Amino acid sequence: MKLGKSLLAGVCALAMVPAAQAADVKVGLISTLSGGGAALGVDIRDGFLLGIEHAGVDNVEVVVEDDQRKPEVAVQVADELIQSEEVDILTGIVFSNIALAVVPSAVNQGKFYVSPNAGPSQLAGRGCHPNYFNVSWQNDAMHEAAGAYANDAGYESAFIMAPNYPAGQDGLTGFKRFYEGEVVSEVYTKLGQTDYAAEIAQIRASEADVAYFFLPGGMGISFLKQYADAGVDIPLIGPGFSFDQTILPAVGDAAAGVRNTSEWSPDLDNAANQRFVEGFREAYDRIPSMYAAQAYDAAQLIVSAMGKADVSDADAFRAALREADFDSVRGDFEFAPNQHPIQDVYVREVVQQDGVWTNMIVGPSLQDHSDVYGEDCNM
Amino acid sequence: MTTILFIEQVLNGLQFGVMLFLMAAGLTLVFGVMGLINLAHGSLYMIGAFAAATVSAATGNFVLGLVAALAAAAMAGAVVEIAVIRRLYRRDHLDQVLATFALILIFSEGTRWVFGSFPLYLDIPEMLSGPVTLPGGIEYPVYRLFIIVMGLAVAALLFWLIARTRLGIQIRAGEADREMIAALGIDISKLYTVVFALGAALAGMAGALVGAIQSVEVGMGEPVLILAFVTIIIGGIGSIKGAFVGALLVGLIDTLGRTMLPLVFGSFMADASAATTVGSALASMLIYILMAGVLIARPQGLFGAAA
Repeated sequence: MKLGKSLLAGVCALAMVPAAQAADVKVGLISTLSGGGAALGVDIRDGFLLGIEHAGVDNVEVVVEDDQRKPEVAVQVADELIQSEEVDILTGIVFSNIALAVVPSAVNQGKFYVSPNAGPSQLAGRGCHPNYFNVSWQNDAMHEAAGAYANDAGYESAFIMAPNYPAGQDGLTGFKRFYEGEVVSEVYTKLGQTDYAAEIAQIRASEADVAYFFLPGGMGISFLKQYADAGVDIPLIGPGFSFDQTILPAVGDAAAGVRNTSEWSPDLDNAANQRFVEGFREAYDRIPSMYAAQAYDAAQLIVSAMGKADVSDADAFRAALREADFDSVRGDFEFAPNQHPIQDVYVREVVQQDGVWTNMIVGPSLQDHSDVYGEDCNM
Repeated sequence: MTTILFIEQVLNGLQFGVMLFLMAAGLTLVFGVMGLINLAHGSLYMIGAFAAATVSAATGNFVLGLVAALAAAAMAGAVVEIAVIRRLYRRDHLDQVLATFALILIFSEGTRWVFGSFPLYLDIPEMLSGPVTLPGGIEYPVYRLFIIVMGLAVAALLFWLIARTRLGIQIRAGEADREMIAALGIDISKLYTVVFALGAALAGMAGALVGAIQSVEVGMGEPVLILAFVTIIIGGIGSIKGAFVGALLVGLIDTLGRTMLPLVFGSFMADASAATTVGSALASMLIYILMAGVLIARPQGLFGAAA
């Protein structure tokens, strides 16, 4: 009797699946949701889930996992998602070192990885892979744009500073790749450093035209507050990371008027972006960061490919992803041959709007920009 | 490097040093009196910063924020001592490390639960903001001078407390012979709670003072905790004087190393970019090299009692 009932239930369930519908897609989202750096991971998760919701599809299942900002934890979680959850696509990682630990093994097991943040040069060049899609940027992009902006603004000498770790060194290299003026001093700080009095004194003494700094997260908050308090009158510029929506409220007026570069801004004027920003504010009661915007685009990209191909047919699905046929919140968006973005990078300015500190676009810095590593990629 | 820049860096080192002292003093007191390794000391620093940020945001008054930081950290310290730490005095250090590490996780995620993942805003009070010109033409932020003065004042107060008051006598007696002072009729468990709360209040004060020029966020205490441990190992575990000297040494060496080493390497290396990379890498090791040196030459630390 019991057996009969379950059989019947099974048959009914089978009968309810419409034959024409594409197979379900299971997405594993690994992000930093606890410990330092969690603000970025939370925005990626929220942006991605909103992207799926806005796409209006109900056949995507998202499994969210926390990597605690530790590569070894991320590797373990990724294995679990691949082995026992049997996800089709992975996404969500915030930090480059974690992406480097997880991505190569995941794509070699035939899974797709869509990067909503973190674009280490290794994965854009020699280490590129047909199943790896970067929907955010290659790490250097914003630094290169800042270098180009420093030229446009007529700054003839620059003091440049970043934490002493791979992304910091890449950042300064990226800046110098486009900057034509004189670099009077190049300073590397400790990763996680919280006191910048010593560096600020050096900036003041350098008498450079501009100071360029890359200090993501809490490091940037500390630096900006201390810089404003020290009363140094050398203007600052930075990449969007240092002036992101996740940190601006904590910096307050110390960042007022500072120019920074990013591929996205909440006031970018296109329909997709308006829908995203309004939807995000309604759902989570805060202004989205660029991390959320990138994750939203990652979700849109995945859904756009699902409409064209079945995820079990890897070649067709890959071709569908490559088309990038979705309305990006950044406006124009397409993939270069190494499956990293070709996009515009803008100069933004930190302003106060309705009592909240946020960014506003000043103008374009680089148009249709792609990275320099693509030529090393043989796919 | 000009003289002005050098003096400014010495001031920066001093300011960093007195901040470290506030952290290290509590840590070394707790270890000296109770023999306890408290990894959760950094969490008390975080609690101080969060309490200051919340209260000064609500009232618009930095002093009230500072008072709230002291009270919140001292209260958290007392509660933790009574609920958890008390059970650990007789256990070995590994158990203490495990239990206090668990406390870090609980405090961090608890704070995230209440305040969220995004950093809080805490600003310097209007009166102390901006730079002031010192004799010799050095422009220096008023707030950093305020931190130096506060730190030195607290250090003086602590020395007075330990050397001249009844509580100080009990603390010193507790370090020397636990059984004996219990036999003399002093409520040792109350003394332990008071000492722990005092150490916690100092950490909370450091968190609130530093929170105004740094970022108030979950996990802000752990990097400082490591430096505080280095400080008390250099100064000698259990010694307040050692903590003071160690903190100033660490502060000055770290700050001056960071600015001078890249210049030193730049003077003989052709590639300026490589020189700064090497210089900064070595600068971040300096205090650990100092610690290793002290451990080799004088394992009990500069002012530690010989074991």
